[in-house]
Amino acid sequence: MMKYCKPLLLVLYCFLSVIFNNLYAQNEPVPLSEDNLKCASCHGSKYYSFTNPLTEETNRKRMNPFFIIDTARYVSGVHRSFSCSDCHSYDYNSYPHPSELKLEPKFSCIDCHGGDETFAKYQFDKIEEDVNNSAHRNAFGTQFKCEMCHDLHTYRPVARDEHSKIKHIVVQDNQMCLNCHNDLSKYQVLTDHNKPELLTTHSWLPNQELHFLNVRCIECHTPTDDTIMVSHRILPKDQAVHLCSDCHSTNSILRDKLYKYAAQQSRSDNGYYNSVILNEAYVIGANRNKYLNIISLLFFGAALLGISIHIIFRIIKKK
Amino acid sequence: MENHKLYLYPIWLRIWHGINALCIILLIITGLSMQYGNIDYPLISFKTSVMIHNFCGIVASIGFVIFLVGNFISDNGIHYRFKIRGLYKRLFTQLMYYVFGYFKGEPKPFPITKENKFNPLQRISYAVAMYVLVPLVVITGLGLLYPELIFERFLGMSGVQITAVMHSIGGFFVSFFLMIHLYVASIGKNPLKNYKSILTGYHES
Ligand code: HEC
Ligand code: HEC
Ligand code: HEC
Ligand code: HEC
Ligand code: HEC
Ligand code: HEC
Ligand code: HEC
Ligand code: HEM
Repeated sequence: MMKYCKPLLLVLYCFLSVIFNNLYAQNEPVPLSEDNLKCASCHGSKYYSFTNPLTEETNRKRMNPFFIIDTARYVSGVHRSFSCSDCHSYDYNSYPHPSELKLEPKFSCIDCHGGDETFAKYQFDKIEEDVNNSAHRNAFGTQFKCEMCHDLHTYRPVARDEHSKIKHIVVQDNQMCLNCHNDLSKYQVLTDHNKPELLTTHSWLPNQELHFLNVRCIECHTPTDDTIMVSHRILPKDQAVHLCSDCHSTNSILRDKLYKYAAQQSRSDNGYYNSVILNEAYVIGANRNKYLNIISLLFFGAALLGISIHIIFRIIKKK
Repeated sequence: MENHKLYLYPIWLRIWHGINALCIILLIITGLSMQYGNIDYPLISFKTSVMIHNFCGIVASIGFVIFLVGNFISDNGIHYRFKIRGLYKRLFTQLMYYVFGYFKGEPKPFPITKENKFNPLQRISYAVAMYVLVPLVVITGLGLLYPELIFERFLGMSGVQITAVMHSIGGFFVSFFLMIHLYVASIGKNPLKNYKSILTGYHES
C-alpha cells in the first residue's frame, strides 16, 4: 500500500500544479504565425540548415548565439502579435540575407511608443528622459539603447501582472542587468574596461545571494520617484543606496519601489506595517505586527508594574 | 540560621553564565535596534547591529551547546527536572511566599540545599528558558543565518518569514525571562547577595 503512496502523491501534485498554472496563466501565448515560423526555423534554435543552390547539398550550421530568438518567450512577450517583418525588412525572407540589410536602421522603443496615448500609463517619454540622465548614457551616449536591457522579442512587464510572484519579478529584472554585468562579451561591446566583479563590489552587503534574490538592482541604483513606476535614472555608483535602514525600517523604500504595484493594488492592512511586503518576504525592521507590539508592551508593562510594587513594599518593610 | 556556604555554581557554569549573559544582553539590544530601527535616529547603525547580533548569536549558541553538555555529564541537570504532580501547588506556594510571606519574614518554603538549589518557580522558569526558549531562538537564528537551510515555503508563507517571526517571539520571551530573572535574583536578605553567588559560586545563607 505504502509503495503506491509516493507515485500517487506525485500524480496528484502534477495534476494540481497543471490546474493552478492554467488558472494563473496570464498572457495567453499565441502560436507563432506562419511567417514567423519561417524565420524561427533558423533563428529559433542553435542550428539551422539550408540547401545550397550551387552544390545542392543541405548544410547544417551553428546559429550565431546572439541571433537566436527565444521563441517560447516570444509568444508571450508584449509584441507577440507582430510578424518578424513588421520590424525587420521583408527582404530577410531570402537566404543568405542580402548584405545591405546589415545597414538597415532598427526601430527603437520610442520610434513606436513615443508620445503614444495608448501607452500613456507607461510614461515612455518620461522613461526616455530618465534614460538620458542615466550613468550609462553619460558614459556611452546614445550607443546605450533601451534594447541593451529590454529584449523587445521577449519583453513582458511582469511586475504589472498581479499574479506575478515578487521573486519572479526580481529574477527577470535582475537578469536584465546581469545579462551584461555578468557577461564580459556583452559588457565589452561598450567598453574595453575590465568588468568589476559584482560579488566583490557588493561584498559590503551581507547575505548577498539572498538580497539579490529578493531585491532588484534598481532598488539601490535608481532614485525613489513617485511620479513613475520604474525610475530609469541609473545613478552614478557613489549615489547608490548603501544604508541598510533605507529598506530595513517601517518607512522602507521597498514600498515605493519593488512593492509599488502590489501596494497600489491593495491598501489592506491586517495588523502589519507594510503588509504587502510581508506577503512575499520578511524584511527585518520593515515588517512589524501592531498587535504583537501591543501585546509585548502589555507584558513588559505588567511585569514592570509588579516589580515596582514589590520594590516599594521591600523599601517600606525595611524601615 | 547557621551561616554556612554552599558551593552551588561550579566554575564551568559560572563561565558559561557570564558569557551567555553578556551575549544575550547585546543580542537583545541589537535585536531591538534592528527591529525598531529608524533611519533618522539610528541608535546603532543597522549594519553594526547585524554584525554584533550575528557574532553574539554564534557565541551564545556554542555556549548553549556547552551548557547542554555540562548539564548532561554533570549532575547540574537534575535541578532542571520537575514532577508534574503537585507542580501547581508548589508554584503557588512559592508565589505566595514572594508576594506575602517574604514581607512577613516567614521562612522560605523551599530552602536552598545542595540537592535542591532552585525553588519551584526558578526550576520551571530556568527549565523553560533553557530547554524551550533558548533552543527555539538558537535554531531559528541559525535558520536566518543560513536561509538556504530552511524550507522555502510552508503553509503558503515564506519559510524565512515564519522563521523570523518565531525568532522575534522567542527573543521577546527571553527578554521577558531576563527581566524577571534579574529582579528575582535581587530578592534576598541583601539585594546583591545572589549576584555575588553567581560570580563566586558560593551561596551564603
Ligand atoms: C535559412 C536560415 C535563415 C532564415 C530562414 C532566416 N535567417 Fe536571418 N539569419 C540567418 C543567419 C545564418 C544569420 C547570420 C548572419 C548572416 O549570415 O547574414 C541571420 C541574420 C539575421 C539578422 C541579423 C542581421 C545582422 O547582421 O544584423 C536578422 C535581423 C535576421 N537574420 C532576421 C531574419 C528574419 C526576420 C527572418 C524571417 C523573415 C530570417 N532572418 C530568416 C539565417 C536565417
Ligand atoms: C517589435 C519589433 C520587432 C519584432 C516584432 C521582431 N524584431 Fe528582431 N529586432 C528588432 C530590433 C529593434 C532589433 C535590434 C536589437 C538591438 O539592437 O539589440 C532586433 C534584432 C534582431 C536580431 C539580431 C540582430 C542583432 O543585430 O542583434 C535577430 C536575429 C532578429 N531580430 C530576428 C527576429 C525574428 C526572427 C523575429 C520574429 C520571430 C523578430 N526579430 C521580430 C525588432 C523586432
Ligand atoms: C515597431 C514598433 C514597436 C517597437 C519598436 C516597440 N514596440 Fe512595444 N508595442 C508596439 C505595439 C503596436 C504594441 C501593442 C501590441 C498589442 O497590443 O498587441 C506594443 C506593446 C508594448 C507594451 C505592452 C503595452 C500594453 O499595455 O499592452 C509594452 C510594455 C511595450 N510595447 C514596450 C516596448 C519596449 C520597452 C520597447 C523597446 C525595447 C518596444 N515596446 C518597442 C510597438 C512597438
Ligand atoms: C539599464 C537597463 C534599462 C534600460 C537602458 C531601459 N530600461 Fe526600461 N526597464 C528596466 C527595468 C529593470 C525595468 C523594470 C522591469 C519591469 O517592470 O518590467 C524596466 C521597465 C520598463 C517599462 C515598464 C514600466 C512600467 O510602468 O511597468 C517600460 C515601458 C520601459 N522599461 C521602457 C524603456 C524604454 C522606452 C527605454 C529606453 C528609452 C528603457 N526602458 C531603457 C531597465 C532598463
Ligand atoms: C542593496 C543595494 C544594492 C543592490 C541591491 C545592488 N547594488 Fe550595485 N552597488 C550598490 C552600492 C552602494 C554600490 C557602490 C559600492 C562602492 O562604490 O563601494 C554599488 C556599485 C555597483 C556597481 C559599480 C561597481 C564599480 O566598482 O564600478 C555596479 C556596476 C553595480 N553596483 C551593479 C549592480 C547590479 C547589476 C545589481 C543587481 C544584480 C546591483 N548592483 C545591486 C548597491 C546595490
Ligand atoms: C549592455 C550592458 C549593460 C547593461 C544591460 C547594464 N549595464 Fe550597467 N554598466 C555597463 C557598463 C559597460 C558600465 C561601465 C560604465 C563606465 O565605464 O563608466 C556600467 C556601469 C554601471 C554602473 C556604475 C556607474 C558608475 O558610476 O560607474 C551601475 C551602478 C550600473 N551599471 C548599474 C546597472 C543596472 C542597475 C543595470 C540594470 C537595470 C545595468 N547596469 C545594465 C553595462 C551595462
Ligand atoms: C534594497 C533594500 C535592502 C537593503 C539596502 C538592505 N537589505 Fe537586507 N534585506 C532586504 C530584503 C528584501 C530582505 C528579505 C529577504 C527575505 O525575505 O528572505 C533582507 C534580508 C536581510 C537579512 C536577513 C537574512 C535572513 O537570513 O533572513 C539581513 C541580516 C539583512 N538583510 C542585512 C542587511 C544589511 C546589514 C544591510 C546593509 C548593509 C542590508 N540588509 C541592506 C532588503 C535590503
Ligand atoms: C546580566 C545578566 C544576568 C545576571 C546578573 C544574572 C544573574 C544570575 C544569578 C544571580 C543567578 C543565581 C541565582 C539564582 O539561581 O537565581 C543566576 C542563575 C542562572 N541564570 Fe542568570 N543572570 C543573567 C543573565 C542570564 C541569562 C541571559 C540567562 C539565560 C538566557 C540566565 C540563565 C540563568 C540560569 C539557567 C541560571 C541557573 C544556573 C544553574 O545554577 O544551573 N541568566 N543568574
